[in-house]
Amino acid sequence: MNWTPDFLLEKIPFGKWVKFFVDGLTDNFHQEFRIFSDSLEWVIQGTIMSMAKVPPLILIVLLCILAYWLHRKWVLTIGVAGAMLLILNLGYWEQTLQTVALVIYATLVSVLFGIPLGIAAAHRKWLFTAIRPVLDLMQTIPTFVYLIPTLMLFGLGMVPGLISTVIFAIPAPIRLTYLGVTSVPESLIDAGKAFGASKRQLLWKVELPHAMPTIMAGLTQCIMLSLSMVVIAALVGADGLGKPVVRALNSVNIAMGFEAGLAIVIVAIVLDRILKQPEGKEYIGG
Amino acid sequence: MPVVSFEHVDVIFGPNPTVAVDMLDQGKNRDDIFAKTENLVAVHDATIDVQEGEICVLMGLSGSGKSSLIRCVNGLNKITRGHLNIRHKDTLIDLATCDWSTLHNLRTERISMVFQQFALMPWRTVRDNVALGLELSGVPKNKRHQIVEEKLALVRLDNWADKFPRELSGGMQQRVGLARALATDADILLMDEPFSALDPLIREHLQDELIQLQKDLKKTIIFVSHDLDEALKLGNLIAIMEGGKIVQIGSPEDIVSNPVNEYVAQFVASMNPLKVLSCASLMRPVETLENDDRKTNSKIIDPKNQTICTLDDQGRLQKVTHSGNDISMISFKEDLDLKTLPKGTIVTADADTPMRAAVEINFVVGLPLPVIDRIGKLIGVVGNKEIFSTILGKTNKKKSMV
Repeated sequence: MNWTPDFLLEKIPFGKWVKFFVDGLTDNFHQEFRIFSDSLEWVIQGTIMSMAKVPPLILIVLLCILAYWLHRKWVLTIGVAGAMLLILNLGYWEQTLQTVALVIYATLVSVLFGIPLGIAAAHRKWLFTAIRPVLDLMQTIPTFVYLIPTLMLFGLGMVPGLISTVIFAIPAPIRLTYLGVTSVPESLIDAGKAFGASKRQLLWKVELPHAMPTIMAGLTQCIMLSLSMVVIAALVGADGLGKPVVRALNSVNIAMGFEAGLAIVIVAIVLDRILKQPEGKEYIGG
Repeated sequence: MPVVSFEHVDVIFGPNPTVAVDMLDQGKNRDDIFAKTENLVAVHDATIDVQEGEICVLMGLSGSGKSSLIRCVNGLNKITRGHLNIRHKDTLIDLATCDWSTLHNLRTERISMVFQQFALMPWRTVRDNVALGLELSGVPKNKRHQIVEEKLALVRLDNWADKFPRELSGGMQQRVGLARALATDADILLMDEPFSALDPLIREHLQDELIQLQKDLKKTIIFVSHDLDEALKLGNLIAIMEGGKIVQIGSPEDIVSNPVNEYVAQFVASMNPLKVLSCASLMRPVETLENDDRKTNSKIIDPKNQTICTLDDQGRLQKVTHSGNDISMISFKEDLDLKTLPKGTIVTADADTPMRAAVEINFVVGLPLPVIDRIGKLIGVVGNKEIFSTILGKTNKKKSMV
């Protein structure tokens, strides 16, 4: 008894198609991908090296000054100092710098592409309809799945880690920029138009200022998502706090695992507290 | 020549306005059109001429198309059919066909707007909000600053320049909206229910302020309102809209005394005449007064008490006698102290004297008020009978108006 028609039994070679596509890319553009990968690796490593040249204590002081300048809160500033000193004490300073560099570059790329894309999607309904399933895919597909092709295309190192991180983190700024721009009240748009704003002026003087808190939330989320990718990035050879975690897992080293894990948590909390919108600076609802 | 003239303007929203236009021409009504084509006929066949310095009020219930119509004047709504001509530097610009740069010029130098929900940018200070129009048209910063200070002083908010809108009360926020509209020195002002979101007391206060400002500014104002009291108080010309059409257009007196249909009559019945009417619409005109047979050129203004006005050849009021005795006569002024007014004094009013004042004076002196024009000619009289019949809504509908 076979109730399934024959054409349904014939397997669609989906996996083969993807493999064919990726093979095609590696065969034909191997050189180009390598050049791209190497130059990006050089830039990131350069950033890490120049950060590592600065004595850790000076970096910590600079970070504390930044925290105080943004929030004017002593408790926060002292907390940041304590947290960073703890990382230094545990001996994960270099890995922290590597992780921070990866997060910074991933966020930079995400924001550079994500915000304009979010704005464009907010202004064109068809574009949003088109990219929405892609964004869903990027956020739900298991990261290990696209780790393999990125590894093949870009080789081992920071760059495949960066690419994977960007794929995972970029939907946040796109979505939140879209949300921010589309939620500008109609009356404000009308006011802008009534006083003679051009399309460009409308964007810069009305839409973006109104959307700014939401866009900033997208930025913060993007940073947090990037940070959550450090362990996975370590699997494709990206340096940073993920590496000791992976090594600890492979060698069943509880001590190292928890120390590195604690360092990741500290970096996350410190970044979150520093980047959070200070209260009272939100003009929404006025 | 009108500054803004609407000529048979249709505004239709929806997927296919041209189909709706054809259906309108076939005499279909807007419910049918919406049911069949999902096109909403917001305004149909609106024709209004607004003269320079006039306040034209578009009045109607929500959904009557008044906001849709006012938004055509600065191109926020597209005109589906018809013309909307604006006189600009000796040329006529038709909003229905003009290009973007012409529209841009109109918006930056000729027309400005005040919105119902204020529409202030919450991230800008009061100062920067007022400067918006100037900033958009590229006025340099120093000049911008100077103009903003000037306009803020005009709406008495000069001490609030550095505050954010959310720190201000609703009334103050709308004064910022008004200052923003005045900042570009545009001489056509669109006001889309600007005071509807405010408390009644604040609303009246702002209406008075607008009237005061208008005395100096002499802008051409198109004002949208759903409140007949407001329309009568502010407007020189009132267009009453129902279901996208203008059902009656005329002076405030005209609307009050000759409502064309039940819809308008309902508005008129629910208004408060004390606040909005002036002696011109209240009085009994001189032509209908009886002559005193004993003397030429004299009119009886109160038959019961034999109060008689004596006029000269040109019809100017000379003296008033009461039961044969001459009585003293003063003319109404805003600052007249009613408490010290002796009983039995004649107070002459003019056409603009508010009804409230006329009623109070009548109550204090116990005599009717002769209404005179600028050169002292008697044009009518306001007595108990006129006051009561107006309050009861029983104005003589066919009576001629000044």
